[in-house]
Amino acid sequence: MLKIEGLTAEIDGKPILKGIDLEIPTGEIHAIMGPNGSGKSTLSYVLSGREGYEITGGSATYNGLDLLAMEPEERAGSGVFLAFQYPVELPGVGNANFLRTAVNAVRKHKGEPEIDAMQFLKLARTKIKALQMSDDMLKRNVNVGFSGGEKKRNEVLQMALLEPTLAILDETDSGLDIDALKIVADGVNAMRGANFSSLVITHYQRLLDYIVPDRVHVLMGGRIVKSGGPELALALEAEGYAKVAA
Amino acid sequence: MSAQPSGTQAFLARFEGLREHLPGGRTPWVAQLRAEAAELFGAAGLPGRRIEAWRYTDLAPIAQAGFSEALTLVRETPALPPMRAPYRAVFVDGRFAENLSLLPGSYRCGSLAAGLDGAQGLLGALAEKLPLVALNTMLFEDGLLLDLPADTDGGVLELVSLASHTGRPIAFHPRHLIRIGDGASLTLIETSTGPAGAAYLHNPVFEIAVGAGATLSHVRIQREGRAGFQLSTVQAAVQAGGTYDNFTLNAGARLVRNEIHAALLGPKATCHMNGAQLAGDGQHADTTTFLDHAAPDCASRQTYKTVLAGKSRGVFQGKILVRQAAQRTDGYQMNQALLLSEEAEIDAKPQLEIYADDVKCSHGATVGALDEAQLFYLRARGIPAEQARAMLVQAFLVEAVEGVTNPIAQAALAEATEGWWEREAA
Ligand SMILES: Nc1ncnc2c1ncn2[C@@H]1O[C@H](COP(=O)(O)OP(=O)(O)OP(=O)(O)O)[C@@H](O)[C@H]1O
Ligand SMILES: [Mg+2]
Repeated sequence: MLKIEGLTAEIDGKPILKGIDLEIPTGEIHAIMGPNGSGKSTLSYVLSGREGYEITGGSATYNGLDLLAMEPEERAGSGVFLAFQYPVELPGVGNANFLRTAVNAVRKHKGEPEIDAMQFLKLARTKIKALQMSDDMLKRNVNVGFSGGEKKRNEVLQMALLEPTLAILDETDSGLDIDALKIVADGVNAMRGANFSSLVITHYQRLLDYIVPDRVHVLMGGRIVKSGGPELALALEAEGYAKVAA
Repeated sequence: MSAQPSGTQAFLARFEGLREHLPGGRTPWVAQLRAEAAELFGAAGLPGRRIEAWRYTDLAPIAQAGFSEALTLVRETPALPPMRAPYRAVFVDGRFAENLSLLPGSYRCGSLAAGLDGAQGLLGALAEKLPLVALNTMLFEDGLLLDLPADTDGGVLELVSLASHTGRPIAFHPRHLIRIGDGASLTLIETSTGPAGAAYLHNPVFEIAVGAGATLSHVRIQREGRAGFQLSTVQAAVQAGGTYDNFTLNAGARLVRNEIHAALLGPKATCHMNGAQLAGDGQHADTTTFLDHAAPDCASRQTYKTVLAGKSRGVFQGKILVRQAAQRTDGYQMNQALLLSEEAEIDAKPQLEIYADDVKCSHGATVGALDEAQLFYLRARGIPAEQARAMLVQAFLVEAVEGVTNPIAQAALAEATEGWWEREAA
């Protein structure tokens, strides 16, 4: 269970998160919607441990662990995964090497044996096939020259390989074509289960037709101003943030 | 700086004491070369920082170290790196070690001291009038004499330089003469190492003649001990259609100056100079290149990457000269530095001097730190911070290293660079 209480954070002295309260029970998928600049990505970065954010108050725990006190790699090792809104390009780092290093780092953290190059390749090929990606992606440098949609699929591939128990998906649907959207949603749904939770950040109700959330939250001005069931997303789409949140 | 003359005087005094005993000491043409070199070195001295080419690299620690000659019995031979190629020539303290070497029998390849008579016309033929080259000429005791006949595939040869534990600061100045006949080819993989705590000076000079249509791939892996010094000068002359490729890794030594001069003397000659410098706390790494385009239709490519950690200093100076005759020259130079600490410093001085009108010549330089977004991306995937930094350092080096295609050289290089950051950070 992810439990966020009164979380406030600022960047360069500018408050961005102004008191977030959010609970995602284990096994549930929650969606966050909100206008541009409302703090959605900031929340995802703060939860995954990016530097540069001053936590000024509140707490965030995951299965009882004090997330905010942990290094990013420890959070990842404990099952937290962030699919980036803007995946980072790593020139000079081969995708296969990157993915295998990540898989083994997380396995090591969990006390599981590392897997060798052959085992990894077999695993990666299965996941790649499920995501209808091309094997070519393994040979290229991480995200370098990838199209917007390919980058997003690469994020989902990483998720599928790392098997997190808490996946934060920051606009993973943006830039995906209709077919890709379904494939990605299938990828997330395949992980759905008693031990998997997810926080899905999106601007589009359509994604939530495929990944049906247990709860929908509206984030505005650094606070969650409204929560509800999946129908809240439909209302937002129909009437806009100002009216629904009023 | 007043220490400088004393260093110069010490080297000159050593020459006076040894001149009769040095190889060729009684052979007139050799003695003549040495005497001329002594005169040049005596007049110029160890280069000081007032000289433009030495602005960023201070040799005062060498002047002050009081190096003595290596003419001592080897007390302890350091561990030999694993042999990777079919053949290798090993030098200990600048002298050929026959018992540690395995030489190809099919062409002339061996000790310069033993074959000095046959080196007349080769020795000094390509040497420029540079103080450190003169120092080498004055005091060299041995070196590699390699003469690959025309149209021969010389395969892969390793050249290993070891410094031994003598308990005293020693200096050695090997002179390597390499001639690649027309249409011949060779890969030369050079590794230099020494004991971690020993102060010594390794001052090698290479004279390399690459014949028409010939290829020399020269991979240099400098892993001298952290208290050692290396001042090296490579002088290469490439004839029409020939190729000289130099890759240099600077990973060891307290101070290294790696100077590479290549002259493209015939049409359609090619030169690639790539390199990586990895310097940690207390280290100074200087790569200085000079590409002389003297003939038309030649191409040169240079990519240098410098990674600096702790309190270290890196230098890259690269000059491309395009002479009037060198029409349709295609020249490119890139040098990039990655600073891993606030205390690290890089000085970069690219220089283009162009006298021909129809040329394509460009250079670029960047200096930066590790990208925080990249680092976070890796860590968010569970990769520990130090391992993530190491991956990004390796990634930074890729463009410089990818030009090394020989698998044996690749393996040696991988061994020298992998884990560098982890060792530095530890
Ligand atoms: N490094 C930074 N320096 C200054 N301001 C920042 C920085 N990063 C984010 N912000 C500001 O914080 C606010 C919240 O940004 P955030 O990226 O969290 O919004 P978002 O809800 O994810 O928006 P979008 O829907 O456009 O992705 C914005 O006003 C943004 O300009
Ligand atoms: Mg965002």
